[in-house]
Amino acid sequence: MDKNDVKGFLEFVYDFYRSMKAHEITLVYEGEITHQITKAFTSLTESNMAKDSESNTVQKKVFHVMVECLQNISKHADAFGTEDFLFAGRGIFMVSKSKGGYHVTTGNVIENNKIDELSKMLDNINSLDKEGLKALYKTQMKEGHLSDKGGAGLGFIDIARKTSNQLEFHFLPIDEESSFFLLTSSISRNI
Amino acid sequence: MEVIKIKGTDDTPDIILDKDNDIFEISGRSLPEDVTTFFEPILNWLDDYAEEANEKTIFSFKLVYFNTASSKLILDILMKLEEMHENGKEILIKWYFPEDDEDMEEAGEEYADIVDIPFEQVSYTL
Repeated sequence: MDKNDVKGFLEFVYDFYRSMKAHEITLVYEGEITHQITKAFTSLTESNMAKDSESNTVQKKVFHVMVECLQNISKHADAFGTEDFLFAGRGIFMVSKSKGGYHVTTGNVIENNKIDELSKMLDNINSLDKEGLKALYKTQMKEGHLSDKGGAGLGFIDIARKTSNQLEFHFLPIDEESSFFLLTSSISRNI
Repeated sequence: MEVIKIKGTDDTPDIILDKDNDIFEISGRSLPEDVTTFFEPILNWLDDYAEEANEKTIFSFKLVYFNTASSKLILDILMKLEEMHENGKEILIKWYFPEDDEDMEEAGEEYADIVDIPFEQVSYTL
């Protein structure tokens, strides 16, 4: 890098650092999600929460949500076009804090033809109350089969049940074939 | 019958299946990298056990955490036990949960609703 590039880069790092501080982002990652990474992230977040003396309930819920979100990316994230800078099974993963609690955000590429089904599923989950979610979870567990990828369609329902909050989601168009799927799950402190 | 004894790790549960000593227990954390492969020997063992099951089987679950992928496999285990129960064997499920863990308690209640086997909820202090 020449001198100006270095300066630009270092400024970028500093800005990045300040944004992370401002949004209280405790963990951010982009790349492939593997089982090892899931283990590392959950134990890191667990020890951070323990240091912050979060209640057991909050710790457990954050743990649950993280595992399911990470698993969603590793099993379901699609590859992006033919370019090789984004492969299947990877995405962005972020844990942030606010006054009210914790937020787990994931972002990954998804093929446009899957959006309809996915948003219907998420809208349906968001429309259900506690009892409705419980009933759906039971039906899904009984009737859903583990796909080749190992998902049983239970992850989103479980997140909604554990957090008692709406799943916030959004699709940003990338091109004709794919979009970027963003999902934030929030764990409130006062539940 | 062969005894299954699997030492738990931070992502897989402790499992003991011992017909001669009447110990049937799954405990700890369950989020294996590949749930199907992990639980396959357990399900196969239960198939064999069904052929020559003890008159009474007390099967204990003492889990502190399991992911949704594991929840489906836990149901598969319970359904095998339900079948033995239907075939006239005495089966009792003991579902242990930490006393302050409502989610784990509720998970037990849900399984009890789904399968038709005697089910006992037991709370304990960590």
